[in-house]
Amino acid sequence: MLQINNLHATINGKEILKGINLTVKDGEVHAIMGLNGAGKSTLSNVIVGHPAYEVTEGEIIFNGKDLLKMAPEERAHEGIFLSFQQPVEIPGVSMVNFMRAALNAKRQYKGEEPLSAGDFLKLMREKRKIVELDSRLTSRSVNEGFSGGEKKRNEIFQMAMLEPTFSILDETDSGLDVDALRIVAEGFNKLRTPQTSALVITHYQRLLDYLKPDIIHVLIGGMIVKTAGPELALEIENRGFDWIKEEVGL
Amino acid sequence: MEEKNEFVREVAEKKYQYGFTTDVQTEVIDKGLSEDVVRLISQKKGEPDWLLEFRLKAFRYWQTLEAPTWGHLKMPEIDYQDISYYANPTAGNSGNSGNSGEIDPELMKTFDKLGIPLEERLALSGTAVDAVMDSVSVKTTFREKLKEKGIIFCSISEAVKEHPELVREYLGSVVPYRDNFFAALNSAVFSDGSFVYIPKGVRCPMELSTYFRINARGTGQFERTLIVCDDDAYVSYLEGCTAPMRDENQLHAAIVEIVVKENAEVKYSTVQNWYPGDAEGKGGVLNLVTKRGHLRGRNSRLSWTQVETGSAITWKYPSCVLSGEGSQAEFYSVAVTNNYQQADTGTKMIHIGKNTKSTIISKGISAGKSQNAYRGLVKVAKTADNARNYSSCDSLLLGSKCGAHTFPYMDVHNNTAVVEHEATTSKISEDQLFYCNQRGINTEEAVSLIVNGYAKEVINKLPMEFAVEAQKLLGVSLEGSVG
Repeated sequence: MLQINNLHATINGKEILKGINLTVKDGEVHAIMGLNGAGKSTLSNVIVGHPAYEVTEGEIIFNGKDLLKMAPEERAHEGIFLSFQQPVEIPGVSMVNFMRAALNAKRQYKGEEPLSAGDFLKLMREKRKIVELDSRLTSRSVNEGFSGGEKKRNEIFQMAMLEPTFSILDETDSGLDVDALRIVAEGFNKLRTPQTSALVITHYQRLLDYLKPDIIHVLIGGMIVKTAGPELALEIENRGFDWIKEEVGL
Repeated sequence: MEEKNEFVREVAEKKYQYGFTTDVQTEVIDKGLSEDVVRLISQKKGEPDWLLEFRLKAFRYWQTLEAPTWGHLKMPEIDYQDISYYANPTAGNSGNSGNSGEIDPELMKTFDKLGIPLEERLALSGTAVDAVMDSVSVKTTFREKLKEKGIIFCSISEAVKEHPELVREYLGSVVPYRDNFFAALNSAVFSDGSFVYIPKGVRCPMELSTYFRINARGTGQFERTLIVCDDDAYVSYLEGCTAPMRDENQLHAAIVEIVVKENAEVKYSTVQNWYPGDAEGKGGVLNLVTKRGHLRGRNSRLSWTQVETGSAITWKYPSCVLSGEGSQAEFYSVAVTNNYQQADTGTKMIHIGKNTKSTIISKGISAGKSQNAYRGLVKVAKTADNARNYSSCDSLLLGSKCGAHTFPYMDVHNNTAVVEHEATTSKISEDQLFYCNQRGINTEEAVSLIVNGYAKEVINKLPMEFAVEAQKLLGVSLEGSVG
């Protein structure tokens, strides 16, 4: 599904990613762990095409297509979704209009007719249930006045609406209480299929307890220094990152 | 670099859909302004002596004035001798003589192209139109139907002939020719516009609208509109404007006067889309307009709603004089400026009667290298016990090379009055745009979504069909403004 080869990226001229190699197959969930400043968010931003980052070397192939040649909205249409670490508020734009514009843009890209107002609202009602999002929230402006937990639930709700094939969860667990974490994680699990994959960025084991990733990567200093099965996350939870640094000689 | 400029130019010019010209036999008088020209205009229109006198007084007064310079505008020098003050595109035909008059098919086509069909069977449902091109009203639709209810809807030139007593009573009664430089100029040389009279107790059954079109080169348009809404009557009126793309500036100096009597209500909406000039700031219409309503009767109501996306320069303050006890006035405005456009717009609310109430909601949107100013006056006279005003002025910036300015003036002479003012300035952030992009919404559509959300409060005040048009217009006007 997604293949990253020797990816280097900079922000404001400073190199953050220094040669990332990563392959995610259909149906897999990969977790990326690492300390602050290791480049985790940079990696997710580069995959979705954030304009602040410059790719200086390497490639990202998504379902056989060269992702780096595509505009952010094309990447979205191709099936890439980012659950933002800090979802932005857009005053004045209702969730309904926002989602409708997003969904219809994707349908247009796929050569499909726009969804009728009735079908669209029905779809919203169905998908809202996945993350127990109140209709009160979906009638508001995008993220405006949402609590931290509501914003994260809203991200997963949007994911449910857009049905991406490859999702990135960027510290979706940060700022969530135990109940909200469970709702978000269970919502995500309901959306999983053998054809969808995900990259989960987190500091903590507790989200991974729910999501049960197939593979864990440790990102340090802009490089993936260790890759292993789910047991690695537990070990990090117990021992931190220092032993990995020593192991790879950093 | 060259290529890029060319592209930018293309985008900027492509987006203005109404930039075409109509090839029609047009009678244009020689350029220049003098008493003789004023007399000639009056003569061409076959006007009575009292109106000629009105024009001459205004002209003589105008000659003593200097153009105002207080606006937050860089106004090009206007050579008033280099403008033709009368252009008649119906020269080949008889002009507006109601439903029976023959219209040049080219003119019909022009208005069709603008989405304003002049054949009643094709008309927008429930809307009567007065179509004005250059100095002359081309056709007014549905006048027979309106006549059945006693409503007069015709061009002001015809009204002068057919209803001289009404025109004489009200013309200049709300905006006297001594009001300001451009009002004096308009009073001297005004050409055409609409006249509306709604008799007592009549609720006008359809939207009335005037569509202004500038076509001829080197001319100015001096619209004059007069609306009188008698006791217990109601009317909703809409004006739209477009002009061809020219690299010269064209002058549109209008006066709109509205008289609202006891318990009467007038809603006046404008969707102004004059040619704004190209991406480098060349050409465009100078829209220098005096609009005012007089709420004469008790419990009378007037609302101005304007969506201003066009013109190189907009200088316009639709105002309300609230004389009638308990009268209520509203001003809702969205002004969009892009590229090198400049707008200095707002309102004046003059409270004279007791228990009068006014609301001002202004939304400025600036992009490119444009300048957008809100200028508003709230005045409460000694007599206006318990007057209330609420003003809210928001500015939205796209990019960092544009400017937004707010100039609120308050002049309160009655201590029972409550006057509130709120102002905010915000910016569309890169983060907001990227969030939209990531969800599959491209930047232009994202800007359109955000801007429409921001302007929703005002757009919602427009009649339904025009609200949809205005929404599209906001998106189009800001195309290419980000990224």
